[in-house]
Amino acid sequence: MAGEARNLKVRIDHVSKVYETRNGPMEALRDVSLDIYENEFICVVGPSGCGKSTLLNIIAGLQAPTSGKAYCSGHEITGTGTERGVVFQQYALFPWLTVKKNVIFALNMRGIKGEQADKMALEYLCKVDLEKFADHFPKELSGGMKQRVAIARAYAADPQVLLMDEPFGALDAQTRTQLQSELLETWEKDQKTCFFITHDVDEAILLAQKVIIMSARPGRIKEIVPVDIPYPRNQETKLTPEFMQLRNHIWEQVYKEYLEVRK
Amino acid sequence: MMKSRPGQEGEKKGFRIPDKLWLLISFLAAMILWYILSIIPATARCFPNVVETLKQIPVMINRGVLWKDIGSSMISVLAGFGLGFVIALPVAILMAWYKPVRNIIEPWIEFIRNIPPLAYVPLVVIAAGVGRKPQIIVITLATFLTMCITIYQGVINIDETLIKAARVLGASDRDIFVRVIAPASLPFILTAIRLGASVALTTLIAAESTGAMAGLGMRIRSLNNNFETKPMLLYIIIIGIIGIIIEKLIKLLERRLTSWQEKREI
Repeated sequence: MAGEARNLKVRIDHVSKVYETRNGPMEALRDVSLDIYENEFICVVGPSGCGKSTLLNIIAGLQAPTSGKAYCSGHEITGTGTERGVVFQQYALFPWLTVKKNVIFALNMRGIKGEQADKMALEYLCKVDLEKFADHFPKELSGGMKQRVAIARAYAADPQVLLMDEPFGALDAQTRTQLQSELLETWEKDQKTCFFITHDVDEAILLAQKVIIMSARPGRIKEIVPVDIPYPRNQETKLTPEFMQLRNHIWEQVYKEYLEVRK
Repeated sequence: MMKSRPGQEGEKKGFRIPDKLWLLISFLAAMILWYILSIIPATARCFPNVVETLKQIPVMINRGVLWKDIGSSMISVLAGFGLGFVIALPVAILMAWYKPVRNIIEPWIEFIRNIPPLAYVPLVVIAAGVGRKPQIIVITLATFLTMCITIYQGVINIDETLIKAARVLGASDRDIFVRVIAPASLPFILTAIRLGASVALTTLIAAESTGAMAGLGMRIRSLNNNFETKPMLLYIIIIGIIGIIIEKLIKLLERRLTSWQEKREI
C-alpha cells in the first residue's frame, strides 16, 4: 500500500473523552482512532459539538483523553510541544504586542533572540504579505490580517504538524477564499502536516487529501473520504465534476448528522 | 481620545462644540448654581459665595494650617494607598491562581468591603493608638479591599486562548506569567489603581477622625465645631480638586500603557 511508505506522524489510538458537567458526564469522543501521515493535509468536518475541537486539543496536548492514547512522531502526547503548532479561530494574538513582536514571541520560545529574531520575524511576515504592518497593534488589523499574523506566528515556531481549529470560520466569504488559496500555496510548497477543522464542506475538499466526517455526539469517525483531486488546486477546482461529486456525498453525510443533532 | 459619537446633535447641525468648551459650559453652570444657592436664605449658610470662599485661602494660610493639612493628608493617602496596592497585587494574583486561597479570602473581602470605614475607626484607634499609624491603617484597608477585588476579577477573566496560544508556542509557566498574565492584567491593575486612589480620598475623613493633628478631613471636622462654613467649603473643594488631579494623572498613565486595548472605557 502507498501509505506504508510514508512516515506515520500522528496516531490517535482508541481515544475517548468524557467531560464531567453539572448535568452528569458528557461523552465528547468515543473510541476514535486515526493515523495522520507526514505531509498529509487532513480536514475534519462534522456538526457542532461532534468533538472536532476536543480531538484537536488532544493532539495539541491542551487536553488529555479520558481513555486511549495519542502519539506524535512515536512519542505519547502528554502536553503541548513545539512540534505541534495551533492556529485558533479567535486568532489569539497578544494584543499588547505589535504584529512583529507577536511573531518574535514564537521565535523567542525557540531560543532565537535579538536581531536575528527581528530579521526572521520580518521574513515570516513577508510570507503572509504583512511586513508593512509589522509595527501595528492587532487592534488595527482586519480579521483576515489578524489570522495571517497568527499563521505567521504558528509557522515561526517551526512546528512539524499544524493544527488549525476553524481558522477561517470568523472571516467573511471573500477573505476566507483568499486565505484558503494562500494556505494551499504554502502547503504545496512546504508540505507541512496539517490537521484542519472546518464547518465548510467546500473548504475541506478544496484543501484536504482526506476529509474526515465525524458523527454527532458522541463524536466518532463516520467516514474517511479520500480526495483524489491533484494539486495544485485553486478556487476553480470547485467547478470540476470530481469536486461536485465529493461535495454531494460529503454534504449528504454531514447533513444526516446535523439532523441527528436537531433531534 | 474623547470623541463625539457620530449622529450626535452637534454634528447634525454641522457644528460641533469642542470638549474644552463643554468643560467651560459645565464650569459656568456650576458657578451659577453655586451663586443661586448662596443667595437663597435656606442654603446661604452652607454655600457662602465664591468670593467669600476663595478669600479663605489666605486666611487659612495665615493660620498656618492650609499647607500642613494638605501635606499631612497626602502623606496618609499615599502611604495608605501604596501599602494597600503592595498587598493587594500579590493577594489578588494568588486568589486568581489558587482556588483554595480564593475560596477562603474572597467572601471576607466582600464582607468587609461593604462596611463603612468610619464604623471600625474606633477599633483601629484602640489597637494602634492615635497619630499617623491609624490613619494609614484605615486607608490601607479600604484601598486594599477595592484594589484586590478589581485586580483579581481582571486576572481570572484573562482570555484563556491567549494562555493556550503561549503554551503551544512552548512557553513555560514562568514565561506565561511574565509575558502573558502580567501584560494582560495591566489594564485591570491600572483600573484598580484609579479606584483605589478614589477610595483613599473618600476614606480620608474617616481616617483622620482617629485623633489626627492635621489633615484636610481632620480640619473639616474641627471647623465644624465653630460652624466656620466658609473654610469648610474651601476644604471640601480642595479634596475634590486633588481627586480630579490624581484621576487625570492615572488616566494619562493608562493611555500611555494600555493604548493597545481593543476597547477602552472612557
